[in-house]
Amino acid sequence: MGGFYTLLYKELLRFWKVSFQTVAAPILTALLYLLIFSHALESRVQVYPGISYQAFLVPGLAMMSLLQNAFANSSSSLIQSKITGNLVFVLLTPLSPLEIFLAYILAAIARGLMVGLGVLAVTMLLVDVPVQNPLWVFAFAVLGGGILGAMGIIAGIWADKFDQLAAFQNFVIIPLTFLAGVFYSVHSLPEFWLQASHLNPFFYLVDGFRYGFFGMGDVPPWVSLAVVAGCLLGLGALSLKLLSVGYKLRH
Amino acid sequence: MAVSSARARRQHPPTMPAIEVRQASKRYGPVRALDGVSLTIEAGEFFGLLGPNGAGKTTLINLLAGLARADGGSLRIMGHDVVEDYRRARRALGVVPQELVFDPFFTVRETLRIQSGYFGMRNNHAWVDEIIERLDLTEKADANMRSLSGGMKRRVLVAQALVHRPPVIILDEPTAGVDVELRQGLWRFIRELNGAGHTIVLTTHYLEEAEALCGRIAMLKHGRIVALDETANLLKGFSGVRIRIRLEPDELPAQLAGYNAGHEGALRLLQVQDYGQVEEVLAAIRQAGLLVLELEILQADLEDVFVQVIRGK
Repeated sequence: MGGFYTLLYKELLRFWKVSFQTVAAPILTALLYLLIFSHALESRVQVYPGISYQAFLVPGLAMMSLLQNAFANSSSSLIQSKITGNLVFVLLTPLSPLEIFLAYILAAIARGLMVGLGVLAVTMLLVDVPVQNPLWVFAFAVLGGGILGAMGIIAGIWADKFDQLAAFQNFVIIPLTFLAGVFYSVHSLPEFWLQASHLNPFFYLVDGFRYGFFGMGDVPPWVSLAVVAGCLLGLGALSLKLLSVGYKLRH
Repeated sequence: MAVSSARARRQHPPTMPAIEVRQASKRYGPVRALDGVSLTIEAGEFFGLLGPNGAGKTTLINLLAGLARADGGSLRIMGHDVVEDYRRARRALGVVPQELVFDPFFTVRETLRIQSGYFGMRNNHAWVDEIIERLDLTEKADANMRSLSGGMKRRVLVAQALVHRPPVIILDEPTAGVDVELRQGLWRFIRELNGAGHTIVLTTHYLEEAEALCGRIAMLKHGRIVALDETANLLKGFSGVRIRIRLEPDELPAQLAGYNAGHEGALRLLQVQDYGQVEEVLAAIRQAGLLVLELEILQADLEDVFVQVIRGK
C-alpha cells in the first residue's frame, strides 16, 4: 500500500502547490455569484418558507464549487500527465489500477471539500445559514466529490487534447451543475423541466446537501442518497475498468 | 551499489534469465511493430538493442515495462510475467524512457522521493541522496524540474529508474542530445552498475557506444530480430576489411569485380574478408599496371555490420 499513499500525497501536493488558483480562486468566484444573485433576486424570490434567498443560495453554491473542482482535479492531473508524458512514471510502477483509482479520487474529494468548505466558511460570515444535520452535509459532500472525481478520471483518460477536456467540462459538467437547482428550487419549474431535473444526478447531490442545512428539500434525502450512491458505484466501476484495461494509457 | 545488487541477487536466483521474451508480437493498426520476437538476456549482461527508427525497439521496451500489451507471446523479467505478475516484474525493472519527460510541479529531490514512494520505499532518502550525488545533481537537487537543462533532465530520468534498485535496467536512447562529458560520466556509472551485477539493456543511435559497451547485441528490423550475437562475433562474422582506394586510371581490374563495394566520392571501396586478401588485391592492381594514388585500409566497425545487416546482408 506504500505506493498508494505516495500517489495520493503527490496528487494532494499537486493542487496544494498552486492552491491560490485551485482553492482560493473558486471560493472568490462563488462569493461573486452570491453577491450578484442575491442582490438581484433577494427581494423577489423565496424558495423555502422562512429562509432567505441568500441563505438558500449558499449550500447550492458550495456544492457547485465542490463538484466543479473535484472534477477539475482528477481530469486536469490526468490529461496534463498524459500530454507531458510524465504519466509514464506512474505506469512504470507496481501500483495497481485500484490504488491509482483511489489516489486520484481521494485527491479530488479532498480538493472538492476544501473548496466547498472554503465557500461555506466565507459565505457564512456574510449570511446566516442554519446547519440542521451536518452528517447529511458531509455525506453528500464526500459522495459529490467522489462522483465528480470519477467523472474526471474518465474524462481525463478519454480526452487526447485539452480542448476535448474543456468540451466535456463546458458541455457536460457546467450544464449539469447549473441545472441542478443551485439557484432555484426545481419545484418552481414547469412540469417538463421539473421531470427533466429529476434525471440529473447532480440535482440529488445539491438537494441532499441542502437538506443537511435546512432540514427540507425537493425530494427525501434517502432517495437522493440512493441515487447518488448508485451513481458513484457505476462511475467508479467504469473508471476502475478503464484503468484496469489501460484504455488509452497502456496501448 | 554492491549492497543493492547483492540484495537483487538474493531475491532472484542468479540462474534465472533477467529478461525472457517468447514470440512477442504487437500490432499498431496495420503495422506489425513486433513480429514474433524471442530473446533471452542473462542476468549480468550488458545488452544492446539496435535497429533503425521504427524497427520495434521501443515497442519491445514498452511491452517489457507494461506500457503496452503484447498481442501474442509472453515476456518475463527476472522470471516474473509482465502481465500476470506485473507488480514483481515492475519492481525488478528500471526504465529510462526515450522522451525527456518530467513533472513540472516538483523539484529534483521531490521527484525522486515520490518515484521511490511509488515502489513502496518511503524511507529511501539515503539512497536517493546517493544517486543524486553520483549523477552530479547535488547542486540542482532543490531546483524545480522546469529550470533544468536537457542534459540535467536526462540525468534525473536515469536517477528515477534507479530509485527502487532494480536488478534490470533498460535505457532507451539515454544519450540522445547529451553532451560528451555527461555521456562519458553516464557510461562510467552504468558500467559500474553492470559491474555490480545489474543487467543493462541499451538502445542507442551511437553505434560506437554499443560497440564499446555491449557484450551482446540484437539487431531489429521491421519487428524481427535479424542479428543476435556477441558483439565480437558480429564484428568478425559480418564485415572483414574495407579498402578505400584511388586509382589512375580509375578502372577496376576484372578479377577484382567481386570485391567492389561502390564509390565514396572519387574513392573506390573494396570489401575483402581479411588482411591476406588485401595483398591479393594490391597484386592484381600492380599486374594491371594501375597507379595507386590514395589508399586506406579500414577495419570494419559496428556501423558497417549494422548497415549490412539492416540492408539485408
